[in-house]
Amino acid sequence: MIRLEHVSKVYKTSTRPALDDVSVEMEKGEFVFLIGPSGSGKSTFLRLLLREEVPTRGRVYVSNFDVAKMSRRRVPRLRQSIGCVFQDFRLLPTKTVAENVAFALEVIGKPRNTIVKVVPEVLQLVGLDGKEDRFPTELSGGEQQRVAIARAFVNRPLVLIADEPTGNLDPDTSQDIMLLLERINRTGTTVIMATHDHGIVDSMRRRVVELSYGKVVRDDARGVYGVGR
Amino acid sequence: MRTSFVFSEVITGLRRNVTMTIAMILTTAISLGLLGGGLLVVRMVDKMQANYAGKLEVSVLLTNDVSANDKDCTQQPCAGLRSQLEQTSGVETVVFQNRDEGFERFKKIFEAQPELLKLARPEAIPATFRVKLEDPERTDVIKQAFEGKPGVKGVDDQGKFLDRFFEGLNGLRDVALILALIQAFAALLLISNTIQVSAFTRRVEVGIMRLVGATRWYTQLPFLIEAVVAGIIGSVTAVAGLVLFKAFFLDRITRNLTESGIIPPTGYLDILIVSPWLFLVAIVISATTGYVTLRLYVRL
Repeated sequence: MIRLEHVSKVYKTSTRPALDDVSVEMEKGEFVFLIGPSGSGKSTFLRLLLREEVPTRGRVYVSNFDVAKMSRRRVPRLRQSIGCVFQDFRLLPTKTVAENVAFALEVIGKPRNTIVKVVPEVLQLVGLDGKEDRFPTELSGGEQQRVAIARAFVNRPLVLIADEPTGNLDPDTSQDIMLLLERINRTGTTVIMATHDHGIVDSMRRRVVELSYGKVVRDDARGVYGVGR
Repeated sequence: MRTSFVFSEVITGLRRNVTMTIAMILTTAISLGLLGGGLLVVRMVDKMQANYAGKLEVSVLLTNDVSANDKDCTQQPCAGLRSQLEQTSGVETVVFQNRDEGFERFKKIFEAQPELLKLARPEAIPATFRVKLEDPERTDVIKQAFEGKPGVKGVDDQGKFLDRFFEGLNGLRDVALILALIQAFAALLLISNTIQVSAFTRRVEVGIMRLVGATRWYTQLPFLIEAVVAGIIGSVTAVAGLVLFKAFFLDRITRNLTESGIIPPTGYLDILIVSPWLFLVAIVISATTGYVTLRLYVRL
């Protein structure tokens, strides 16, 4: 599903590589935590999967996309098969919950009748039925993150990338969000989540890939956040 | 491609920067209006040149004495002058027009101005040789040879007068086109600026669009259409401006000249013929500027 082969990334403004000869493989349907301190290369890792960046060396494969080599014209196809969730939710404040989710389908040219069918379905899945017409500012942080997850999942992506999705949430709400991500994972979607949250990683007991100074220093199939921490 | 989505984006975009949009439309309109004015002058000069081409003559005006007494040009010096003219190289035809014929012609030309006709007397019109040349430019030959001869009052060259007139019109056209160019440059900068502002205010939307896999067309088209729509509104305004200018200003100041046939009238048809060019220029300039701006300044 996802494969990185000897991937290095050096930014022009930095002398130290953000990623240094990273090789990782993730299977379809896996749930993977990507951990490590700030500056360890987690964000670069995720940006390479989305082709927001191109690796300096090595190859990146997502599904059957050769991400580093593909032409610019095909990048939208890649991104349509990846859903994204962020710490800051990134919702459009002028649109309602339903419109925010529909937006993701509208801009990739999905027909109207598909949109009116799948948007309520996904809102029900994330537990926001009844709040379709609310605006993001009228929602709690947890609810806003659910909208963001609904938007990321509405097009049924193969991969869901979550970059510290619980970073702005309290522990209870974080637990709810994790349950939701698990549910999405059970539909067969590969979930890759970058996080600093020890509690969540330790309680979930899923695969943990730890980055440090751009290198993979640990890859446990059923890991915890840190030994001795 | 969902057109309804793209257009709702365009309308939101135009509304969001309403002051910039208005500035952009007005600048475009003024630029195109001037361009249109210049094109109308070009059409006018073309029409005039076509009207006069082949008709340009040199008139050899005869003295009062000859005009009064020699109706058929059978006596001297008239008959002698005629044969001399006919023998001059480069002369195509020579037509004698006596005082009465001249007066009839005058009456016809100034039909529309009865006041003028009332004042006119046949005695004021000299008998004339109307000389057509093979090369209308070579009028000075006739002038040199016949001016001052006995029986000749003067030699009148229509071409010289027309040249000066065309020079004036062409000057007007050049000024209009230069102003149009300067305005067009201002419009260009405004379009580019508006798109940059527009893209900045919508950066979150655009970011999300990129992330969920919208194609470049989907992310950029609203900005491009925004510029083109403003350009089209600008050109409509410009055409409306030209129509109003004609109806309330041009018609009034040129009435005498057009009615006496000196300059051809500028009709609504002329504006109609010029306006597609204005639309085309507006669309091409706004689309190109938009595209270049998106390419150079906005990372979408």
